Parts: sequence; C-alpha cells; structure tokens
Amino acid sequence: MDLNYSPDETAFRDEVRDWLKANLPEHLRAKVIQHKRLSKADHELWHERLRSRGWLCWHWPVEHGGTGWTPVQKHIFEEEMIAAGAPRIIPFGPNMLGPVLIAFGSAAHKSHYLPRIINCEDWWCQGYSEPGAGSDLASLRTRAERQGDHYIVNGQKTWTTLGHHANMMFCLVRTDPQAERPQKGISFLLIDMNSPGIEVRPIVTLDGEHEVNEVWLTDVQVPAENLVGTENEGWTYAKFLLTYERTGIAGVGYSKQLLAQLKSLSRRIKQSGRPLAEDPLFAARVAEVEIDLMAMDIFNLRTVSAAGQGKAPGAESSLLKIKGTQIRQRLSDLLRQAVGPYASPYISEQFDDGYNEPPLGPEGAMTLGRQYFNLRKLSIYGGSNEIQKNIVAKAVLGL
Amino acid sequence: MDFNLSEERNLLAETAGRFFARAGGARALIDNKADNDAFWQEASGLGLVEALLPAEAGGLGGTAVDLMLIFELTGKHLISAPFLSTAILGAMPLWLSGAAGNQSLLAGVAAGRTRLALAAAEAEARYDLSQVDTHAERQPDGSFLLSGHKAVVLDGGRADYLLVTAKLAADSPDIAIFAVDTRAQGLRIRSYATIDGFQAADIWLEECTGRLVTDRGGPILEQTEAAGALCVSAQAVGMMEVMKDTTIDYVKTRKQFGRSIGSFQVIQQRLVDMMWEIEQARSAVMLAASRLDSEPDERDRAISAAKSLTGRTGKMVAEEAVQLHGGIAMCWETEIAHYAKRLVMADHLLGDSDYHLQRVMRLSR
Repeated sequence: MDLNYSPDETAFRDEVRDWLKANLPEHLRAKVIQHKRLSKADHELWHERLRSRGWLCWHWPVEHGGTGWTPVQKHIFEEEMIAAGAPRIIPFGPNMLGPVLIAFGSAAHKSHYLPRIINCEDWWCQGYSEPGAGSDLASLRTRAERQGDHYIVNGQKTWTTLGHHANMMFCLVRTDPQAERPQKGISFLLIDMNSPGIEVRPIVTLDGEHEVNEVWLTDVQVPAENLVGTENEGWTYAKFLLTYERTGIAGVGYSKQLLAQLKSLSRRIKQSGRPLAEDPLFAARVAEVEIDLMAMDIFNLRTVSAAGQGKAPGAESSLLKIKGTQIRQRLSDLLRQAVGPYASPYISEQFDDGYNEPPLGPEGAMTLGRQYFNLRKLSIYGGSNEIQKNIVAKAVLGL
Repeated sequence: MDFNLSEERNLLAETAGRFFARAGGARALIDNKADNDAFWQEASGLGLVEALLPAEAGGLGGTAVDLMLIFELTGKHLISAPFLSTAILGAMPLWLSGAAGNQSLLAGVAAGRTRLALAAAEAEARYDLSQVDTHAERQPDGSFLLSGHKAVVLDGGRADYLLVTAKLAADSPDIAIFAVDTRAQGLRIRSYATIDGFQAADIWLEECTGRLVTDRGGPILEQTEAAGALCVSAQAVGMMEVMKDTTIDYVKTRKQFGRSIGSFQVIQQRLVDMMWEIEQARSAVMLAASRLDSEPDERDRAISAAKSLTGRTGKMVAEEAVQLHGGIAMCWETEIAHYAKRLVMADHLLGDSDYHLQRVMRLSR
C-alpha cells in the first residue's frame, strides 16, 4: 500500500498546476474566489482556454479528441482546477453528453456533435427532471410521438441548469406510454433549443439567483435522426450518463477549499476579542468535519484507483455522493456560523461586476449565508441522498 | 402548576393571530412587500405594542408570557414589522433604567409613532454585547459625544432613535447606554436587507451627540438581551410548527413511485423526529419564560438553554423540511423557502446555538 502519487502522477500534477497558473485569467479567478456571478462570456472564455490546450473534453478517449487520461490523472485535474479557483467546466456537453454519444451515438452523431462540443460551438443543457418526476425520474411524462421523419414533443422539463444559455438540449422523452415498466418506453433525444414551441422560463431560487429554468415544449418538431441509440431504450443511456454526473458530485476538492476558507476565517474572526479558532467548541466542530473529509478523500482515491484497475464504480459513487454532500453542506453551515451576525446582510448587487462598496464584516462574509442556502441543493439534485441510500441498500447490502 | 393561559391571554393571542394573518406571511416576502408603516400603526392601534410593554412603560402587559405568545405568532406569520427591535430591544433599556427623560420616547413607542433599535453589537465582539469599544466623551454642557462602529443593527436603518452602548472610560467595566436621534450629525447608517427579509444596518458614530440613559447599563443590557433571546426562541417555535405542518401536508400529496412519499417509513420517522424536537424546543421556551425575571444566573441558564435548543432544532427542522420537499423548496416562489431562511437566520440573532451552549456549560458547572 502506498497512498502517495507516483513520480509520473506528481509530474502530471505539476504540469496541470503550472498551466493553470499561466492560463487562468486573473479576473475569472477573482470572480470564482469571491463567489461573483459568472456571465456566459466568462464561461465561454474559460472553455476556449481549455479547448486550446485540448483539456475541455478531458473525460474522452484520445481517438475522439480527448485526453485518454487515467482515472488518477482525471482526479488530479479536477482537484487542481478547483484549487486554482478555475470556473467549473459546464458539464453538459463535455462530461455528460460526450461520453453517451461516444458509447451509443450513431456515426453521424459522432462526426457532427463531438467536434462541436470540443470546439465550444454548442452549449448543451439537460432535459431530465420534470415537475412530477424528481427522485422517480422514470415516471417522466414528456411525450414524443413519431410522425414521419419527425418526433413531435410535448411536455415540461424543470431544474434546467443554465438552459437560458443553451442552444441544444439532450432530453428524456416518453415514446411508449403503454410499456409494462416506466423505465421501458423512454427515449433519448437531441433537441435544438431554437425550435419553434420551446419556451425557457427562469426559476429564481431561494437565494434570489437565476441559474435554473423550466423548459416548456409545445408541438416541438425534432428530426428523427436526433434519436440517440434505439427508441424506448433511452433509460439505459440516461443511467450511463448519471454515473458520470455522480463522479464529481463528491466534491472533495470543493470541500477542501471550503475547509481552508473556514480555518482562515476563524483565525481572523474575533469572539469577545479572542480568535474564534481558539474557541474549543468551534475548533472541535471544525476538526470533526476535517476528520470526515480526510477519510473521504482516501475513500475517493480508493475508488479512483480501483477504476484505474478496470473496476467500474458502482454503488461507490452513491456513497461518495451522500458523504461528500454532507461534508460540503456541513462546511457551508460552519462558514455561515463562523461569521455570526455578518452572515445576514443580503446585498444582491455585490455579486455583479462593478460593485465597489466596501464589504461588511470579515472578508467574504456576505456571501456565506447565500452559499449555505444555495448548497441545500446538493443533497437534493443528481439523485437525492435518499435515493442514493436506496441504491446502496439494494446493490451493496442486497436488501 | 398550571400550563393553561388565562382567558385574557387567549383573547390577546386570538386578536394578534387574526391580525398577523392579514400581513401576507411568506407571500409578502415573496413579493418583497413585507412591512410598512401602515401595518405598524394598525398593530399599535390594536394594542399589540402595548401588550409587550409593562405599565411603567405606558403599556398593558410586558410579562414573559405576553412576549412568548406574541412572538410565537410573529414567527408563525413571518412578520417583519419592528416588534423585536422597537418594543423589546429598544424600549427595555428605556423603561428598565427608569429615568424620567425616557417617558416621551416610550409614549411614542406605545402609540406606534416611534421606532427604536438597539445598537449594541460590534464587529470584533461577535455575539458578546459586553465587549464594547464605542466610547463616549462628556462635554462641558453635560451632553456626550459618541464614537464607534455598531454591527448588523436590526432595523437600524428605519429607527427614529438608537439605543447605543458605549464606555465612558476605556478601562471601566460599566457600560453606558445612550439615546441617539438618527437625524443627529456624525452618524453614518448603511442600511441593507437581510437574507431572511428583515432590515439591518451597520452604523458608524463620529462624535455624535447622545443623551445618557444610564451609566450603569450592564445589568439592564443583560436583562434586555435575555428578553430578546426569549422572543427569538418563541418566534422560532412558531416557524417550526408551520414548517412541520406544511411538510406533513406536502408528503401526503407528493407522489413518486406511484404512491405518496408520506407512505414511506423513512419519511414518516423523520417527521416524528421533527415533531418531537419541536416539542422539546417549546418546553424549553416555556421554562425560559418562567425564569425571565429570576436572578441573573438562573435566568440566563434557562434563556440560553432555550436559545441553544431552538437554534439547534431550528436548523434541523429547516434542513429536513427543505430536504423532504426536494427541489421545490429551493424556489423563491415557495413559502417554505422563506420560513427556512428566517428560521436558520434566527440563530444569528442575539447569540447562536453554540454561544448559548457555552453559557449553559459555564452556568451548569
């Protein structure tokens, strides 16, 4: 057993680190660190930088224009990106749809869409959840009926992240309502967001932000060749994609960053004139979550390493999602707690460019209340933690 | 022993409840229309401000039970009007000090004309109100000039007068309390909304004139803080009850996997935990109310127990209610989201659950 990176892996880490240092624009880094709003142009600039290095589609095999990295290299890349304060890669094209098309797409899909993802020509969004289909995703009701060369799609999708920026959506639709199980009769369609009959409506979240949307589809015509794989087999592809969604969901890198911020803040914040870090009760709260994170970091590496030996992650990704989101939520909770009264000011303009009023309270304090409420989503989305536990009970415990 | 309320009190609760229900609750927060002058005027017209003030302050109530009753209802209906800042945190130092010069201010409070705010907390002190760096200089004419910075003052931006704590000498253990007219020179007020739909302000005083209310304000400040903590705890219980009931209704109607999610045992058991923790919090608040006028250590042990427990339980109830609702609870348009925010942020008023836990540790040795 050796828990350290090999010399090759260390060299790779240094290469990634050096490249990020030289190529991550300072104004983007500052925005990420200060939790400011990123514009569509900000994301596009960063995607373009990664594209020029060939790292945008880092999940993909070499023959499709990817990196061909080992699972350990992928893990290192993700960690270094977060540690550097890089904007996240908008995952829908590069991390989610790309692998699905590589595995299940037609030759035409691959030759048309994959280069467009690599070259940042399309912005994809995900049409999965519906108002009545959350944890029970397979009960989705958006209907697609085949008419000649087209499908006619009617229904409503929700929680569509950055759908207002997207020009394309991969979408789960019901093509056979009579199938004996809800998982049968679902198909995977690629839909042009500029098609007539599509309306994107913003959802404002409890922190006052607009990131997610409802997408309404009324008699939307989708060319039949936009079907991925076989009709009524879409659930298989959807599940394949969700395993990709879940790998990063443990968020170990994000948690490490939050922990560092928490420690730095608690050294600077004073309670009765003494640093909060010296308060034994608060210090114990921080240490507890730090221990959890140390252990989960190793569990994560065990999973990564097993994947390197060809063992596909199964229920491990569910376990990582549960514990990973608990840790990240707890850290956001302690950050909110640490800044005390200064967690409550809510000045929405501070997240925009050009806001120059002096901050209130300790540095970054005014973003921490919002962050805590925003991160409640972690245990809800990507398959709620309750659903993950059901998966583990069935797949690992055999119950 | 009698846990029942008098007929008079029941009547008060009924009047207050009916009136608060008209304020629009979470809907008013969703539409950004919470609180306005007319509502506050009407509240005082109905005697709801007088109910929070004792006879010596020109009121008709002001007992711990009155506070508990009314603030549970301000919680239940998500009231944003300045009951806490004006009628409790602002008015108590005035009537507890007993100075004759305070009567006109108090009359204005009881009549709904005058709004107050307690400017006690400072940036380096976090929740410890006894740590005061703001100082006051006595002038030859007997007035005082105050200088310092007060942090996150609840309703500080819409008060007519501030109750400001300050030291007369840097090494003095005594805390003095001053009344400061918010139109005074040398006062800079940066007002902002809070994440849970209240208003607060950071306030800088630079040689700003203040009228001395008391130069032995320590015990008065502690009694005010205790009453405030009782009110916030009662308010939290009111919010928790609504969140629990709303969540129970939701899990009965939300269908996934072909059945209501409330039919799953894992959901049922979590709601039972929620219900029981709320009962614990309610009991702690009753104990705190019954000890508000006891000698300081006994008072603070019960008050801190309630504030710590409602802080801890409030977070659990808010997080569970959001989780059991799922994504819908993350929307601005959803009422439960506004309850969740205010309930969690109640822990940031007058000392959080860990701050009060440590006080109980000290007082229970």
